[in-house]
Amino acid sequence: MADKVDIAALAKLARLEVSDAELKKLETEIPEILAFVDTIQKADVGKEASAPALRNVMRADENPIESGTYTEKILDAAPARDGDRIAVKQVISRRKAAPSGQKKS
Amino acid sequence: MNLDTLTIAQARKDLDAKKYSALDLTHAYLEQIAKKDGEIHSYLEVWADSAREEAKAADAMITAGKQQPLTGIPIAVKDNILIDGRIASSASKMLENYRASYDATVIAKLKAQGAVFLGRANMDEFAMGGSTENSAYGPTKNPRDTSRVPGGSSGGSAAAVAANLALGALGSDTGGSIRQPAALTGIVGLKPTYGAVSRYGLMAMGSSLDQIGTLGKTTEDAHILFDAIQGYDANDSTSFPEPSAERKMRKVIGIPRTFLKEGSDADILAQFEETLDGLKAVGYTVRDIELPNIGYSLAAYYIIMPAEASTNLARYDGIRYGLSFDGKTVEEVNAKSRGVGFGPEVRRRILVGTFVLSAGYADAYYRKARSVRELIRADFSRAFESVDAIALPTSPVPAFTIGEKSDPLAMYAADIFTVPVNLAGVPAISIPSGTVERDGKKLPVGFQLVAAHGNESALFAIGKDVEAYNLRS
Repeated sequence: MADKVDIAALAKLARLEVSDAELKKLETEIPEILAFVDTIQKADVGKEASAPALRNVMRADENPIESGTYTEKILDAAPARDGDRIAVKQVISRRKAAPSGQKKS
Repeated sequence: MNLDTLTIAQARKDLDAKKYSALDLTHAYLEQIAKKDGEIHSYLEVWADSAREEAKAADAMITAGKQQPLTGIPIAVKDNILIDGRIASSASKMLENYRASYDATVIAKLKAQGAVFLGRANMDEFAMGGSTENSAYGPTKNPRDTSRVPGGSSGGSAAAVAANLALGALGSDTGGSIRQPAALTGIVGLKPTYGAVSRYGLMAMGSSLDQIGTLGKTTEDAHILFDAIQGYDANDSTSFPEPSAERKMRKVIGIPRTFLKEGSDADILAQFEETLDGLKAVGYTVRDIELPNIGYSLAAYYIIMPAEASTNLARYDGIRYGLSFDGKTVEEVNAKSRGVGFGPEVRRRILVGTFVLSAGYADAYYRKARSVRELIRADFSRAFESVDAIALPTSPVPAFTIGEKSDPLAMYAADIFTVPVNLAGVPAISIPSGTVERDGKKLPVGFQLVAAHGNESALFAIGKDVEAYNLRS
């Protein structure tokens, strides 16, 4: 199963620039790691494990922090700002996106 | 004061008796750091000025009679735990200039006690590794033999305590990252129950596995630090609201003997048996137990951890914070920033994680691994019906030489005895017990005890008996 891995496609999915030299190295390393973890296929998990007891773990959305308290702190950490916003390149464009994702086989 | 033998417990007594001041104590550690850390490299940054100010404030607390267990105690903090206004880089180029915008809950608790923060400790980048060689700022050396690694990923924290460059330290443990470096440097390391200590302000790696824990010279010191940082936190939805029920100690220890033989050095196993004999001599019953699925732990761990890490590390995108490279499109900004900011091991894990979560493979890898994890968890629960603790060596090998494990799979294999604990979410401690010899040097060996959820007290009780035995032999 693991020898069909398309590392370049995975890197694209993960938004990770990888050099050609590193790609070559990863093409050996990643399938080796996947072959190693593949041993779990031998485990007999039987029926699906029952769902654990659930409880609400979210804190109540009350007493909100006053608007602006952390604005400067957070913007200070951002590489680029535009007023009180974090500046970002246009995310949606009219140009049709190139097909991405790895091949399934 | 003799730093070689000084413990947090002893320093508390001395400070309260005014044998020396907190400022004297902090100076003594800063002096040691100036003298020795050039070689050890346990710190990425030392905060000498603010540490002196914190020590003075601690002295004022002591004079006012308002001291708490950690008032004036100088500690090191792993570089993935946030302290407001300070750089927290996770030993990565990605966060080289990142300053934390708030205090982690554990830091807020330590500040309230008047602890002294000496500096941020080196680590494997984003806590990924078992040797501290994956730090983007160079490896930490093992104080017991500087040609060898201190273990990891909390290698800087462990080396600082072992070399008397801090009296105690905080680390984080996702698959052994506190216990293994503690074992390799000859100190005590505690991974608490998942949920016992808030993870708020800890940089997330494998969120279902990560836990902040403590390092000290003795079980008592690891315990004192743990008491200071544990407790429910509304800011961490996985922290426990209610304490676990007390369990009665039966003095029974279980050994998963068939599992022990996997890849362990013979003298490590011999030392392990010797420690067990010591416990038998003081009234413990040692019994063989079966954990039928524990053999799958390493494989399940190296699926679940990278899966979670790959999603957690998606936040380092070159937009919100950290390193940023410009590009024509947002994808290019992401890919370039991440391509330059992340080191080789982090990239490997992101890619493995992306694969095991991808459509068509998630069932066979990620979901299967989660089912296997449930089996392992059930194995532990069953075992704790009849034993107080399970004992294992912490590491199958002593400290290895820098550069020795360049193959990623060889490095992963060294985690064999620590990862089952994180998969089960139970607490465990590594206590130094004996040594083995390599190239004419005596290297410390860690004895690992694992207890049921919330039963840290069993670890501390048995840990003290191991220490008492060490002193006799």
